[in-house]
Amino acid sequence: MSKTCSTSSRSPAKAGVQGGKVRRGRKVALDPRFRGGAWLLAALLLAATGMFSSLSLAQDRLPPAPYAYQQLKDPAQEARAKALMEELRCLVCQGQSIADSDAPLAGDMRHEVRSKIAAGESPGEIKTWLVARYGNWVSYDPPFDAATAFLWLGPLLFLAIGGWLAFGRFRRGASDGEDAA
Amino acid sequence: MKNRWVLFVPLAIMGLLFGAFIYRLVTPAETLIQSQWIDKPMPLFDLPPATAGVEGLKSSQLADGKPRLVNVFASWCIPCRAEAPQLEALKAAGVPIDGIAIRDRPEDVAMFLNEYGNPFDRIGADMQSSVQIALGSSGVPETFLIDGKGIIREQIQGVILADQVPEIIAKLEAMK
Repeated sequence: MSKTCSTSSRSPAKAGVQGGKVRRGRKVALDPRFRGGAWLLAALLLAATGMFSSLSLAQDRLPPAPYAYQQLKDPAQEARAKALMEELRCLVCQGQSIADSDAPLAGDMRHEVRSKIAAGESPGEIKTWLVARYGNWVSYDPPFDAATAFLWLGPLLFLAIGGWLAFGRFRRGASDGEDAA
Repeated sequence: MKNRWVLFVPLAIMGLLFGAFIYRLVTPAETLIQSQWIDKPMPLFDLPPATAGVEGLKSSQLADGKPRLVNVFASWCIPCRAEAPQLEALKAAGVPIDGIAIRDRPEDVAMFLNEYGNPFDRIGADMQSSVQIALGSSGVPETFLIDGKGIIREQIQGVILADQVPEIIAKLEAMK
């Protein structure tokens, strides 16, 4: 996962990563019969190394943005930035927040968030700005609307159904008891 | 007990839920995040040249009356290499194309253009993905169709395929 998440490029050469998995570290006996095998293993290892190096070329070589891994000087501002970054979804490693992800794009988004906070913008404004670009999906705290209504109201609905079923059962149980008496 | 079948309703609901969970496990949801910044003006930016010999890119240059493509790419992006022939074909058909290079070094961009051709009129260097984020773009390659007034009309995520080329030409033609 870390391999695909460390770059924001769209799923490049996944087969290459799988193809690069070669069992290493097995000692090859020096029996002449195995020499061919040893050479083959060496060639395979070389090929695997080549594959990995070409994959590492597939990531950008720029250093992270200044605020990707550096906190703001003002602790109050940093706290606000941190809270917002934990609520924003990484666009590359979806399922992680940008606070958790090491993808370059997540670093750049942290830089964006911290720079905007430092410039005096409120977390709400920054969230609105991002939602206008990526939709509610970019936030882990989506608003209550038609799409999320069932998620919020569903449990209440199920509780009501359960309550109704239980109520019916108890009442019937009670009346059965009366009949028996 | 007249309504004995009612007892099976919870089991049926659980079965349906399980079915839904298994379906989503087997067929994961669409994970491409589409830009919502469509039918909106290009965000304001002024990017320096991404490499020597090719002009940088300003948002004001994208509203010169001619519909065009803005291609978000990177030299380190392997699919972008596969896209190069289609961009060449679009350029050959007279489509103006500008580039935004994401997190790229000038020497790498130069090598990329040298190897895969240069269909770009201008290439801006987006070192910290700030323009990419302002566009609502979440990866490379992505291509935006811009009308003559600098309004973003469409986003294409991923590599432009050969059979999409005539369609893109027609769409840009329709914006004139």
